[in-house]
Amino acid sequence: MTAVAGEAVWRRRLERRRLLARVFLASCQVATLLGLLFLGLVLADVVQDAAPYLRREMVTHFPSRFPRQAGYASALVGTVYVAGLMSLVAFPLGVLAAVYLEEYARPGRLTKLLEVNIANLAAVPSVLYGLLGLGLFVEGLRMGKSVLAGALTLSLLVLPLTILSSREALRAVPLSIREAAYALGATRWQVVRHHVLPYAAPGILTGTILSLSRAVGETAPLIMLGALQYVPFLPRNVWDYFTVLPIQIFNYVSLPNPEFHRLAAAGILLLLAVLLALNGAAIWLRNRWRVQW
Amino acid sequence: MDAAVEARVRPEVVHRGVTVEAVALRVEELRVWYGNKPALHGVTLDVPERRITAVIGPSGCGKSTLVRAINRMNELIPGVRTEGRVWFRGRNLYDPDVDPVEVRLRIGMVFQKPNPFPKSVYENVAFGLRLHRRLSRRELDERVEWALRRAALWDEVKDDLHRKSGLELSGGQQQRLCIARAIAVEPEVLLLDEPCSALDPVSTARIEALMEDLKREYTLVIVTHNMQQAARVSDFTAFLLDGELVEFGATEELFTRPRDRRTEDYITGRFG
Repeated sequence: MTAVAGEAVWRRRLERRRLLARVFLASCQVATLLGLLFLGLVLADVVQDAAPYLRREMVTHFPSRFPRQAGYASALVGTVYVAGLMSLVAFPLGVLAAVYLEEYARPGRLTKLLEVNIANLAAVPSVLYGLLGLGLFVEGLRMGKSVLAGALTLSLLVLPLTILSSREALRAVPLSIREAAYALGATRWQVVRHHVLPYAAPGILTGTILSLSRAVGETAPLIMLGALQYVPFLPRNVWDYFTVLPIQIFNYVSLPNPEFHRLAAAGILLLLAVLLALNGAAIWLRNRWRVQW
Repeated sequence: MDAAVEARVRPEVVHRGVTVEAVALRVEELRVWYGNKPALHGVTLDVPERRITAVIGPSGCGKSTLVRAINRMNELIPGVRTEGRVWFRGRNLYDPDVDPVEVRLRIGMVFQKPNPFPKSVYENVAFGLRLHRRLSRRELDERVEWALRRAALWDEVKDDLHRKSGLELSGGQQQRLCIARAIAVEPEVLLLDEPCSALDPVSTARIEALMEDLKREYTLVIVTHNMQQAARVSDFTAFLLDGELVEFGATEELFTRPRDRRTEDYITGRFG
């Protein structure tokens, strides 16, 4: 083959390579746009349905037989109540467990067993947590279908996620930083207290908020638990009956009157707003406090 | 302490039959394993006081393992096993009643990659002081300034002590900050594990000048893969190969008249 012919072949192949690159890029763009497109369509549909009910009464009114008078007051407050209580339980437990596993636990069979089990728990369907909560908290500990039982059940659900994401954040603190502190004569506790935890805190908070937001959108475990669908009052304490947004939405959707379906659409937007606020807080925290190594 | 131990722990470096230096540290029959993999096979070495001792050798020969064994940093790594003794001020640092926290307070360390805390320059230096002493605000300020001056960094950071993060400094400045942080707690020995390998020549020269200055008060041990650096800055040199100490002696002697064939091969660049 002559040098000229060789170059022609090389040029043809180069064209092919460039074409492949363009095809790949286009596929990536289509995949991205497709996701956004469907999300946009769903959102547009929901907004259209919900339009007449997007008003202040939506969050101030309690459930009612009449769609124009029904709202999400008890569900919204219930969600906030359950989520708050849940974070009080799951956050400290999750962070402490993660610190133990990352900083203290000696690598070995027991540690490995713990790690594998926590990872597995994170993948257990949420309905099972509902059953566990029903048996353990509602019946076993006689808490009834209370805010506390709901919060504890959801805590169990998010605990593995909180542990996993906190461990991830702790692991992101470089070994060299720990060594720097140890080399100055710091004890393990001082290294954790002054360095590892503070530097991992933004990541821990972000991960925790994201796992909490998962629980906020959960319906199944609380249905198993027997959270009520008609709660015409705000929970006064942790022993009170309660309902949450997803359950209230589920309830309105299952009613025959189509007006309730529009109200449910409004509820979905409300739930989305709550979740977006949580995720926004997580992103803000991450950007505000992140340490660039 | 009985006389025999006394003789062992405060001996002098006898170099070719001539007593030359007081000993700060004696490493004795030190063996280290990573899991089942041996890294040091019984190293015995006397580190002279207030001198710079360089540890040279090819990658993976156990240089870092050796210095990290001296201040018991190795045991932070899971699966590391250490045997042997390190004598320091009359005590074996590996005795069960010796607290590694105290060891590391008295034997400071500077690492290969500068590792300042993501805190202000001031807090970087003050951290060690706060751990070990109760100082008034003024005393703390004074100690921080002293350490930064000693590390030849003060003039470059004095205006931004509290505002500037240690991570915003240049690589060379970061390493000097790490030295300031280490000497702030007034250790007696300073271990430097390839402190210049991530730095440019100008920063390297500054660190070397700093070491020259520090040896008036501190015993320094520097690991380096750079033989010119060992020849430039150190008074004594230890050559390690495959986890064994091949040769130890005055730097000038070791580089000009090596006794061991392997040392000669290494310093003339025939391997490594």
